[in-house]
Amino acid sequence: MAEIDYSVLLLALLAGAIRVGTPFLFVSLGECLTEKGGRINLGLEGILVVGAMSGYAVAYLTDSAWLGVLAAGCAGGALGAFHGVICSLPRVNDIAFGIALILLGTGLAFFFGKAFIQPQAPSLPSIELGAWSDDARVRSALSVNVLFFIGVALTLLMHWGLRATRWGLVLRLVGDHAQSARALGYRPALVRTLATAGGGFLAGVGGAYLSLYYPGSWNEGLSSGQGLMAVALVIFARWQPLNCLWAALLFGASGAVGPALQAVGISSGYYLFAAMPYALTLLVMYLSCRPNQTLSGAPGELSLNR
Amino acid sequence: MSIRIPPVAARGLALGLPALPTVLAVATTVLLFSVFLWAREIPVLEAGALIYQGAFGSTFSWENTLLRAAPLMLTALCVALPARAGLIIIGGEGALVLGGLAAAVTPLWLPALPASLMWVAMAAAAMAMGGFWIGLSGWMRQRRGVNETIGSLLLSYIALAVFRHLVEGPLRDPASLNKPSTAPLPDAYSVGVISDTFYVHWGLVAGVVVCALAHVLVRHSVSGFAFSIVGGNVRAARMIGLPVNRLVLVTCVLGGAAAGLAGMFEVAAVQGSANAALIAGYGTSGILVAFAARHNPLAIIVCAILLGGVEASGSLLQRRLGLPDATTLILEGVLFVNLLAWEALNGRVLHWRIHWRERGRTPAEGVVQHG
Repeated sequence: MAEIDYSVLLLALLAGAIRVGTPFLFVSLGECLTEKGGRINLGLEGILVVGAMSGYAVAYLTDSAWLGVLAAGCAGGALGAFHGVICSLPRVNDIAFGIALILLGTGLAFFFGKAFIQPQAPSLPSIELGAWSDDARVRSALSVNVLFFIGVALTLLMHWGLRATRWGLVLRLVGDHAQSARALGYRPALVRTLATAGGGFLAGVGGAYLSLYYPGSWNEGLSSGQGLMAVALVIFARWQPLNCLWAALLFGASGAVGPALQAVGISSGYYLFAAMPYALTLLVMYLSCRPNQTLSGAPGELSLNR
Repeated sequence: MSIRIPPVAARGLALGLPALPTVLAVATTVLLFSVFLWAREIPVLEAGALIYQGAFGSTFSWENTLLRAAPLMLTALCVALPARAGLIIIGGEGALVLGGLAAAVTPLWLPALPASLMWVAMAAAAMAMGGFWIGLSGWMRQRRGVNETIGSLLLSYIALAVFRHLVEGPLRDPASLNKPSTAPLPDAYSVGVISDTFYVHWGLVAGVVVCALAHVLVRHSVSGFAFSIVGGNVRAARMIGLPVNRLVLVTCVLGGAAAGLAGMFEVAAVQGSANAALIAGYGTSGILVAFAARHNPLAIIVCAILLGGVEASGSLLQRRLGLPDATTLILEGVLFVNLLAWEALNGRVLHWRIHWRERGRTPAEGVVQHG
């Protein structure tokens, strides 16, 4: 095929942005919540894998995809709370502990996930936005998973919550200036632990999306750095939930470039296209970070801005 | 305090105290892992015996252990050296595979040379490649403030993709059918074993020597002292006029060069060509080794051998007890978590250490100072 069908390519990119971007959205919302409290959880990468495994396992055992999502969220929340509690101890580095959590989470998921590599668990339902069209490609591209809409709703909720509710203000205060929060009678360690647990819950749900919808089965190569890219994505999004949504879609689109090109018949350089999201993340970080200067919107207590 | 402790014992206590968090971390890990096995109805003592047997029980186990320890020492340095300057670099895996690839293609692109010269050329290529790759993370951090932990890991993912692309594409040996590889290394250039009765390649010696050199660098040289000032307090370092950016970059390049060298030995002594088997997780385990050794190059030698042993015992656990190979991954994860969590004790340890050192001087002085 000499000529590339651009409409197919664009459609595939749009569909891919949503399909690949949804887990990014959940993990980045989780990381945004955690970082608003002044801590970084690199362990979301490990939590994502645990969420994918436990979500798939529970969905298979109970035959209900939604119970799987709930289980994935709870497993993620538990690991997040673990990170929160241990990092509340003096002298424990949150970044280093996140790395340890990646190792532990991957180990746990691979250990307990061995039994679930073969069987087929139920998938999450999607909403057919393209039912009006006769073109099968359009229909498959516009079949959007329910979790994406939940993610968008959560984004709006977090945007409003962080701005206008007492809880949101307390979280931001703890993240910006823990001493003031303490002076007002709040307990920064507790608030941060709760925020990290909440972030873990969201990352777990993102993992469940991976195993229960797209790519849609549990295997050990399922997650490849999405959790870590989410940390970079939150920096790019300047700690704003709404920006997280756009950034997640952008990253999703970059991850969809390889498959989209394959759809129109270009298959060389597969690995290089698969590495696009990493390169994009690096580029975005390089362009958006500034040395010796705190980024606008960055929580003041974040160890990223030492 | 009314208990009388002889000064010598007090001094000994003060000396041994820094090891306390590590000892407690290992003890907790063993306990938690035993509970984990017990809960899965796996015979705990038998598993423990198997781990020991698979790691250090026979000459064969020792060979297997040391074979894994050699690259671990070098990838651990990739974490430990930048850590002296206050950086957390976790992208050693990428530096290792690209270093291995550079070493594998060097003999193809150079004219025939005596083996020793070729080894120098291969090592230089691998170290330059690894040093460049990790140096990139350090450069981006100093230049633009890009967080080096995330940056180095992203670079590592990119390195793996580039490696796979080259090995399965432009640099692939057409003769390698079901296992895409670069052209095999001529026999004359492959690195041999230390002795015919002990099958461990020279990479182990290289690892130990490089760790010893790193120890001299960080503990007994002016540059090493400058690294720790940068790592301890950047503002102070800038104030006394240290070239902070250059020092950070040097630690990154040296660390990356060590990881690249590990890749060279994996290619020249184990695999015989660059292929996907290079991506074996040595970079990741190296992070754990460095943290367990608290970034002390001499301690890295010991920790690498211990962790190499744990990883070597994985296949025995799999065969005898039917445990998945992820079991050692869990053990490593629990150990890592404990090592960091017990770090919380370090503040107290410092306090106790001063206390016991005071008591170690003269009994009277100790009593007066802490009355």
